[in-house]
Amino acid sequence: MTNNRRIVDHPVLGKLSDRKEITFTYDGQTYTGYEGDTIASALLANGVRTLRVHEESGKPRGIYCNIGHCFECRVTVNNETGVRACLTEIKDQMVVESGRVLPSPLASTEHDTLPRTYAEFVKQQEEEKGEV
Amino acid sequence: MYDVIIVGAGPAGLSAAITCREWDLHVLVIDEFVKPGGRLLGQLHEEPNGEWWNGIEETKQLMDKAESLNTDIRCGISAHHLEKVKDHHFIVHTNKGNFEAKNLLIATGAAETAAPVPGWTLPGVMSIGAAQVMTNVHRVRVGEKGIVIGVNVLSAAIARELQLAGVNLHSMMLPAMNSVTKEHAHPKKVMDGLSRIAHLAPSAFLRFGSRFTKSDFVRKLATQFYPKSGVKMWGMPIHLRKAVTEINGKDRVESVTVFDITADGKLIKGTERRIEVDFVCIAGGLYPLAELAAVIGLPFQYLEELGGHVPVHNKKMETPIDGVYVAGNITGIESAKVARAQGTVAGLSIAKKHVDGKADLDYRLLKAIEQVKTIRNEATIQFHPHISEGREKIEQAFRRIVHS
Repeated sequence: MTNNRRIVDHPVLGKLSDRKEITFTYDGQTYTGYEGDTIASALLANGVRTLRVHEESGKPRGIYCNIGHCFECRVTVNNETGVRACLTEIKDQMVVESGRVLPSPLASTEHDTLPRTYAEFVKQQEEEKGEV
Repeated sequence: MYDVIIVGAGPAGLSAAITCREWDLHVLVIDEFVKPGGRLLGQLHEEPNGEWWNGIEETKQLMDKAESLNTDIRCGISAHHLEKVKDHHFIVHTNKGNFEAKNLLIATGAAETAAPVPGWTLPGVMSIGAAQVMTNVHRVRVGEKGIVIGVNVLSAAIARELQLAGVNLHSMMLPAMNSVTKEHAHPKKVMDGLSRIAHLAPSAFLRFGSRFTKSDFVRKLATQFYPKSGVKMWGMPIHLRKAVTEINGKDRVESVTVFDITADGKLIKGTERRIEVDFVCIAGGLYPLAELAAVIGLPFQYLEELGGHVPVHNKKMETPIDGVYVAGNITGIESAKVARAQGTVAGLSIAKKHVDGKADLDYRLLKAIEQVKTIRNEATIQFHPHISEGREKIEQAFRRIVHS
């Protein structure tokens, strides 16, 4: 695999040594990486930046800290959810899936009727009493 | 049961492990990254004497030594809790099960302080340390053209590393001032930090002379007269009078919005423009990564000189909990060389308790403590000008707590 996203020659660190190529899938599509790559580095080398979407808003997210502190790169690996792409070494035939929007069963469906402040709550209570 | 479990395989953890193995202690080192070395791995800079500090090579030397002593080092293990069962009996809770030890060394290092800018959750925005690891460790280009938000010791050093690897950086500039970015967004305060690395920049800065005229040149950089085109360091403009207000893009970074700013960091109306980039590095500096010290109940002190909240400890790297030790950046933000020397101190402190009748351990420990000081004084990168005072304050805190 060759592409210009790999820093093959480095003036101080030297030339990248030959590494074993590895095949994995991300959201059903097949990609190649190298042995020693993390999921995050292998995907970025393939031009993939988005690793998940925010569970509620659906907005795209990628790596932020790249060393396991921020948990922004959570993906699903071989059916295990919440795996940090930046800390997980890519393995041959690994199945990686991006984080998706989750259902929000606790989200309110009564935005218009629920009180937003204590004053509104008191007012609503009084109105209800009045009705009874 | 292990004699000691070391959490973190960076320069501190590895050198401590080596020392403990030299005294034949039963040691386990765990680290959650895919390879040992910690933040040392990504480091790459030219020392004033012209030699390269190559983190990968330094790590290899530590690992060779550790391996020659049959040290048990396991990567991909995340510790999420430390528990004290009784005196000299601790449990380390990890994603790979629990491990028990008589002593613990917490050498978790540092994390990067966030300096949020609107749009910073877009894919393509990352911390400067993330770009460092991607570039030097994984050898993957983080993008075609980028910008660094935040000018400090760490970001200048890493920007240079990105350039070395052929990654195209437009410039470095400040984040727009908001309630979170205050310190990083004030040109005068940022200037203080920049003056501490002037001697590291070969091309531009050296033309103005050696270390002796450094302060003279820095005076020329006085924020009021800061040139509109920025000051070039290694050919890349560093702007102290420009700030990024927003990172733009639909599904990934496409551009940043930039304003000129006053010497106090206020936006100047009518100077707004966009710069096209496909990646952004945010640099807010480092703070000690100390959650594990907190869960086991170590007392903390906030010391700006040391980079934030640090667990109370003494020069021997002991903490107020008997059997719990700390070393490296968790004790204060300093160079990897200091961390490595602190690891040796911690290793000797632990060995001293377990090896009877070896009188010269006391002497070695004293020597190792002296060595930390020597390395600190010779450091090329000073993360904080008053680091030694911070060290003295934490020592006093230890004495207060232990003697009360």
